[in-house]
Amino acid sequence: MNGCEDCSGCDLLHLPVDAKAEYVVALAGNANVGKSATFNQLTGVDQDIGNWPGKTVERAEALLQHRGRRIRVIDLPGIYSINALSTEEQVSREFIAHDHPDVVVNVLDASALERNLFFTLQLTELESPLVIALNQVDLAAKKGIVLDAGKLSALIGVPVIPTVAIQGKGIAELSDAIVTATCSRPRPKTIRYGKEVEDRIARIQALLPEGSGGYPARWTAIKLLEGDPDTVWEVRQHSPGVAAAALESGRELEKIHGEPAATVMSAERYHAAEELAASVMEIRPLGDNEVSLTEKVDRVALHPVFGYLLLAATLGGLLVWTFVIGAWISGVLTEFLSGIAPVEPLITGTLPEIIFNGAWTGFVAALTLIVPYVIPFYLVLALIEDSGFLTRFSLMLDKGMHRMGLHGKAIIPLVLGFGCTVPACLSCRIIEAPKQKLIAAFLVTLIPCSARTIVILGVVAVFVNIWWALALYLLVFVLIVVLGRLAFRLLPGESVGMIMEMPDYHVPHLKGVIGQTWQRTRSLIGIVLPAYILGSIVITAAYAVGLLEPINAALYPITVILLGLPAVIGVVFIFGVIRKEMTILALAAILGTTVFSDVLTPIQIIVFGLVTLLYAPCISTILALAKEFGWKAALSITALETSLAIALGALVFHLVGPFL
Amino acid sequence: MASEQLEEYLESILDIEEKHGIARTSAIAKCVKVAPASVTEALQVLSDKGFVKYEPYKGATLTEQGREMARKVKRRHRLLEVFLTDVLHITRDNVHDEACKMEHSLSDETECALCKLLKAPARCPHGSLIEACDRKVESCSACLDAGQAPPASARNEPLLPVTSLAPGQKGTIAFIRGDNGVVQRLTDLGLTLKTEVQLVRKAPLLGPVEIAVRKTKLAIDHAIADHIFVTPSGEKSR
Repeated sequence: MNGCEDCSGCDLLHLPVDAKAEYVVALAGNANVGKSATFNQLTGVDQDIGNWPGKTVERAEALLQHRGRRIRVIDLPGIYSINALSTEEQVSREFIAHDHPDVVVNVLDASALERNLFFTLQLTELESPLVIALNQVDLAAKKGIVLDAGKLSALIGVPVIPTVAIQGKGIAELSDAIVTATCSRPRPKTIRYGKEVEDRIARIQALLPEGSGGYPARWTAIKLLEGDPDTVWEVRQHSPGVAAAALESGRELEKIHGEPAATVMSAERYHAAEELAASVMEIRPLGDNEVSLTEKVDRVALHPVFGYLLLAATLGGLLVWTFVIGAWISGVLTEFLSGIAPVEPLITGTLPEIIFNGAWTGFVAALTLIVPYVIPFYLVLALIEDSGFLTRFSLMLDKGMHRMGLHGKAIIPLVLGFGCTVPACLSCRIIEAPKQKLIAAFLVTLIPCSARTIVILGVVAVFVNIWWALALYLLVFVLIVVLGRLAFRLLPGESVGMIMEMPDYHVPHLKGVIGQTWQRTRSLIGIVLPAYILGSIVITAAYAVGLLEPINAALYPITVILLGLPAVIGVVFIFGVIRKEMTILALAAILGTTVFSDVLTPIQIIVFGLVTLLYAPCISTILALAKEFGWKAALSITALETSLAIALGALVFHLVGPFL
Repeated sequence: MASEQLEEYLESILDIEEKHGIARTSAIAKCVKVAPASVTEALQVLSDKGFVKYEPYKGATLTEQGREMARKVKRRHRLLEVFLTDVLHITRDNVHDEACKMEHSLSDETECALCKLLKAPARCPHGSLIEACDRKVESCSACLDAGQAPPASARNEPLLPVTSLAPGQKGTIAFIRGDNGVVQRLTDLGLTLKTEVQLVRKAPLLGPVEIAVRKTKLAIDHAIADHIFVTPSGEKSR
């Protein structure tokens, strides 16, 4: 990777061009400072961005081609400290410490320099080749903070580029700096801490054998002093005497300060960060009437009464908006499409006829059912995310979440779950404690995702009435609370409280919101449309050949005896595991009509809706769960939800049925 | 007046004062369960000793000295309640009365040992906050780590948990209670000792508190924020 041995210097215009060489550059920094926005600007791709800490839970990568160099840019999850706690933070820590990227671009939030520099100092300890992007300088200026980038660069000894990533300002300069850095490898200066600490670091460093463990000696010495278990274990393998001496030094520090050595080191870093920040920062005092937008909005959004009203209005409005706007678009589309060719799901005929009918039915179903409901939902969701409201929901609902052993951060995956369960499960990584992470993911799988919402709307609301659709929703929410409490009681492990940064609000960026909505919808169209068309053909063909009978016969005891549904519906649930939207399509294909009330009684439609809401998560979700928590957890959740769906469905059929 | 009685009075006045601002004689009488006439007499004695400021017909407020004393007893009371509930498994209904009797005879040494044994609890079984101790420590590891004797010197300034600040009020972090994990987590986010913090707002019903520190805002679970003790700075900036 390093092709610089015969480099004559690092003049940007005369860089040695090596078409094959590929450099690795990692974007790292605190949560919600604009790493993903910077990443998008650098590489031109559309990585999801949002205004809440924890948006990026997995690293993303894309190519930056600049001045003849190919650079793999990696967007890492936000990290506050190398002594990281949560899974997302560990992803970053591992990558920076073990994979040794050619350059680390440390993105800083200019308006909160002190806190951001704390992590920068840890990077300097690691001696990573560093470029600093001083982001959001515009917001800092609004808060009356003016920064001297040149001075910061001189103090840390690496390039510092002021940027406003969301508007693309400073990105060209940053790209240049990155390209130059792949060659010059700017090594940060060693930032010195207090004498008490420095003396001990020097003592340990002197004892360490040359080049042990692939880390800089100063870094290893600091980690030993802090008593980091991994480092201590590693050093103990080859030089147990050094490890013992280092631990002794750590204990001395603890005696002096009455605090663990790691805490002393953190305080030292903050002290150094304070000094650095103070020397490059000029603060213009804000006038009394310059109350920030954030403060004004928060006076309402976090108000004990209005805050909850706003919260209820937003979440309720989100659903109503989806229903109303979705129904309207769906109506227009259906009328338009049925003008082109009639939808007749089941016609037995020649093979081409079957294929055409299947494909057309699938296409119409996907276009009229999925797209209209999903687009308005994602649009509003993007607004909530980008503005910064999502974090306020976390704060307001924190106390309520305690009842399920969770804390406010879990609101984020739960809200995202209304869109698609898979990314929502992954975003559970922002929760630190393993037990709480698992409970959150389990509850996320119960949240009616957009696919299930479509089924409830398209089947129950249309053919029974809207109240039954809402009642099913309500039932699911009650179940979430009850099961959450149960899981909290039954699962081992401890629950920890929430600590979460509250970002400033900003007016959502139109381009960002539309981009994000399109991004999510596009992936849906890309998967659902072909799946629908293909699935529709398969069902139509299988029906024509008579393949469905054995499956339906096997499921007869459940579908007919317990749930009181027609036997032909058995196969519908099988298709639903692939994707939940498939149930509605399969139902239409198998019943031979889209007017379900002609063939199903209201109670059958309700039971069908209820079972679809609850039974096994779709395949993608099961895979996501297995990846995050292992197969045992994934299959347990699947089994639990399936039996729950059958039990509740049977209960409703036998208890409510006679009255309907 | 016996010191037991004196301490009981101070505790009651502290409770009433926190709720109503001033402790009226009738309210104290109800709380200590004696006749109002005896209360007036007792308040006179407390006033002479410099523990309360007593204004006839209006009521009593604690002096700095009295408040310190009252807090100390309260802390012992609540520590004892935790001990009785968690270690001895006494029924919740009885622990208050038991603790009331025991709190007056607890020595400093026993109080410290109890706090260590219970791993510096933040709240009593009824959910009330336990004050920080008055030893000169910056975090609990000074006591909790094995083999270290807790410092004997006393702190000379009163500490408040950050959750007791008024919205908009600032303070300087002086002590963080709890195990190393909690301390490290808070420290990494910039809540280090001697840092100035401002309480921005509190969510209702002991929900999370929002704290401004180092130009960022953090929402922190109430129970975690209870561990952060500050020396309040007088003026309220708003």
